[in-house]
Amino acid sequence: MSRHATPLGILASAWVIARKDLAIEFRTRSAFLSALVLSLLSIVIFFFAWDPTAVGPADLAPGVLWVTFTFSGLLGMHRSFGVEAHDGAMDALLIAPVPRQSIFLGKALANLAFVLGVQAVSLPAIALFYNLAIGPAFGALALVMVLAAIGLVSVGTLFAGMTANTRLAELLLPVLALPFFVPIVMPAANTTANLLAGRPIAESFAWIRILLAFDLVFVYACMLLFPLTLDD
Amino acid sequence: MTDSMTVSARRRRPDPVALVALAVVLIAYGRAIWFTPPEMLQGYAQKILYVHAPAAWVAFLAFGLTALAGAFWLFLKDPRLDRFAESSAEVGVIFTTAVLVTGPLWGKPIWGTWWSWDARLTLTLFLWFIYVGYLVLRGVISEREQRARYSAVLGILGALLIPFIHLSVYLFRTLHPMPIVANPNGINMPPVMIVTFFLCFFAFTCLYVAFVRARMALATERDALDAAVLGDS
Repeated sequence: MSRHATPLGILASAWVIARKDLAIEFRTRSAFLSALVLSLLSIVIFFFAWDPTAVGPADLAPGVLWVTFTFSGLLGMHRSFGVEAHDGAMDALLIAPVPRQSIFLGKALANLAFVLGVQAVSLPAIALFYNLAIGPAFGALALVMVLAAIGLVSVGTLFAGMTANTRLAELLLPVLALPFFVPIVMPAANTTANLLAGRPIAESFAWIRILLAFDLVFVYACMLLFPLTLDD
Repeated sequence: MTDSMTVSARRRRPDPVALVALAVVLIAYGRAIWFTPPEMLQGYAQKILYVHAPAAWVAFLAFGLTALAGAFWLFLKDPRLDRFAESSAEVGVIFTTAVLVTGPLWGKPIWGTWWSWDARLTLTLFLWFIYVGYLVLRGVISEREQRARYSAVLGILGALLIPFIHLSVYLFRTLHPMPIVANPNGINMPPVMIVTFFLCFFAFTCLYVAFVRARMALATERDALDAAVLGDS
């Protein structure tokens, strides 16, 4: 293993791993399509869970969007280490001459692409189904989604790696990860609600600051801690 | 076999720390129930504070020490640190449960509602979720080294998460203020109550030490038994 990995070297090998995961995903498309359908289904089902004359669709949309992103994201992240479970692929990855941080970063990058892909389809879909005007706030919404996705993916990837080879993995991952998603989903949903109500993004700066701080702290912490979760 | 039997025979004798803790708890709560006057406005409902606040203190202490023990384990790899983290987390969950049960009991007569999404209440609830998750994670991993590693990482991340949850729930609450009928203020307490109050803190801290000692003794025996059965280390 290259002990003296430079930051650039870590990123380069992370990119190779991310590309490998995305290539697998692109050729099978099984997880992405499932996550997408799950996301669209929940948007549709949530619409019927409320009385539309009592709660307007625009008030419902932020909550629905973020619950949907959280769960479809978890589905993708669970799979990201699941693909390494067969044929000793995880061991092969570990003996590959790349720094351990690269494995985490690569997996996280692929997961980020996965979550952003689901978001890119779900947002227009909810605008269509709930009759929302997302046009004016699109840039700000995209910013919030990217910031939130980075936070979700950093913690989610680490926990996916930890739970992958335990029994109850698919159940344990949400139990561990969801409390960590609270400081992401709360700012993201509140900001989305503000933006959809036509209020300026400046009103949500306090929330966006939490998102930014969460991303900085947890991307760094998870990258440092990931190698410690692996067997030496 | 004979080894583990002598071990359990030796443990039959009660832990002196537990006896001290029990005595202090009896003194503190005897004083709280019979020798401390009820609060003027809240009446007898206020007495639940003598359980609620010390339990919250022990819960935070327990989880803080769990995270610390985990962090130190990553460097020292001493199995005793992991056993301590395990015991402290479990005792912490018990005390957090006590906080979450006594809170609504007090909230109903004083706030007029069982539950309110108050910032501190919400934080405690999420703390409970994090550490129940911690115990579940420990429960599904049978390999000792791996279990210690994962718990240490989760403990550290949990400690990092707490300020973020606190910030979010605080911001959420200030944006949507909730009616709070009464606000308990610890500083404006008559001396007789303050003495009882701190005695209860001391009592619960002793109780924490006694519980963790008992739980650690159990963990030590379990590890010894595992090692004897599996023949490893």
